[in-house]
Amino acid sequence: MSGMEGKELRVVGFLCNWCSYGGADTAGVSRFKQPTDLRIIRVPCSGRVDPLFVVKAFMEGADGVLVSGCHPRDCHYAEGNFYARRRLEVLKRFLPFMGIEPDRFAYTWVSASEGARWQKVVTDFTAQVHALGPRRAFGEGAGSGGTG
Amino acid sequence: MDHVARSVKEQAVAVLANIKEAITRELEGLAFVIGWEEGYDPLHAAPFFVRSLADIERLIWNPLCVHNLTSYLPKLKGRKVGIICKGCDSRSIVQLLQEGLIKREELVIIGIPCRGVVDMARIKARVDCSQITDVSFTEKAIAIKTPDGRQEIPLDEVLATKCLSCQYPTPLVYDHLAGAAFSAQRPAAALYAEVEEIEKLDLKERLAHWEKELDRCIRCYACRNACPLCVCQDQCAAESRNPHWFSQRTGVNEKVMWQIMHALHLAGRCTDCGECERACPMDIPIQRIRRKLNKEIKELFEYEAGINPEDTPPLYTFKVEEPTIKEKEW
Repeated sequence: MSGMEGKELRVVGFLCNWCSYGGADTAGVSRFKQPTDLRIIRVPCSGRVDPLFVVKAFMEGADGVLVSGCHPRDCHYAEGNFYARRRLEVLKRFLPFMGIEPDRFAYTWVSASEGARWQKVVTDFTAQVHALGPRRAFGEGAGSGGTG
Repeated sequence: MDHVARSVKEQAVAVLANIKEAITRELEGLAFVIGWEEGYDPLHAAPFFVRSLADIERLIWNPLCVHNLTSYLPKLKGRKVGIICKGCDSRSIVQLLQEGLIKREELVIIGIPCRGVVDMARIKARVDCSQITDVSFTEKAIAIKTPDGRQEIPLDEVLATKCLSCQYPTPLVYDHLAGAAFSAQRPAAALYAEVEEIEKLDLKERLAHWEKELDRCIRCYACRNACPLCVCQDQCAAESRNPHWFSQRTGVNEKVMWQIMHALHLAGRCTDCGECERACPMDIPIQRIRRKLNKEIKELFEYEAGINPEDTPPLYTFKVEEPTIKEKEW
């Protein structure tokens, strides 16, 4: 795939157990071709995703972070993704303020039957992270101390 | 001028007399009343716990009373106490009430309509603070006496940043109001001026800005300890080993992570009291991180923390349809 030319990047995906993880599985079972940069972490619900998980992933060297859950109104736990939507939207608006490119973080909704949608999400997201290249961590660049 | 100066002084004296009178009346039913007294020199105020009628005389009120005393309150739940608060401090009380962290019936609030408090760093930049013999105020200026002489500085030049954009000078919640209420005197547009300055930078410059500023952080957690809304201090995620959010590395990465953690834990709760920035021993402008989140919360949810005790913080609730959230299309 397009993302795969050159070096593979570290993209972390937090996927809810009931929809998006199933959707990724459906895409795999259907043998849809996908980029291999994404490392999936399965969580019970998108509502489980503390925005700090995303920040921590970046601090530990992730080049991109994707969060995906059930579509709103379809949450296995009825309302987990409603809370997630608010938190993640605030996070999305906040990260660029600290100097993290907006395209490195995304959240979306993929149901267990949407294998094709999952393929599109992961392909597009990986491509947009590749367009930015590896992320420079805080303190890695010129004019500042090392990461210690 | 002399007449004006005197009337300001008289007003301040009247406010203090008013506070003292209210405390005298209330003290019997209370464990103590928290206020301010003169600190180790005339330029510094210190938090003061009034436990007896004799203590009341030690209370002061002037623009040196910078501390947000409400930081004490969550730990005092279960005891009936009195507290003196400014407009900004009262928002912390409202937020704590909203979250059920304190009880209204356990509080006697003495509110003071406030025209601003000083930023000590700004005074230190202009005056040698090693030997202060006297400090006095007029409406527009602070006069500081040192062995080198007397220096008068316009108050607007040394007021804290938060005061220059203050929208709530009069406490929002109180039992006694010392002095006459008045509405905001400062432009609301100034509220997000610092945030907008950073938003004008491109991403590389923002990264460089935070690397430069936050590299000074020594992770002493003074910002957390001073924060009236950081209420889980003895179980703070910053010090937890499991999960281990932070390593012992000293790099700027960990420092940024800490500041983001503090800010995100305050998202939709921060009342913009500025204690974090005031407490910072390295003078890092960290309040603007919280203000950025406040700005986004305001834009997304039309919400300001610490205004109405009946409200629910926006991240503790949701709407099935969120008209203000524009999600990415794939």
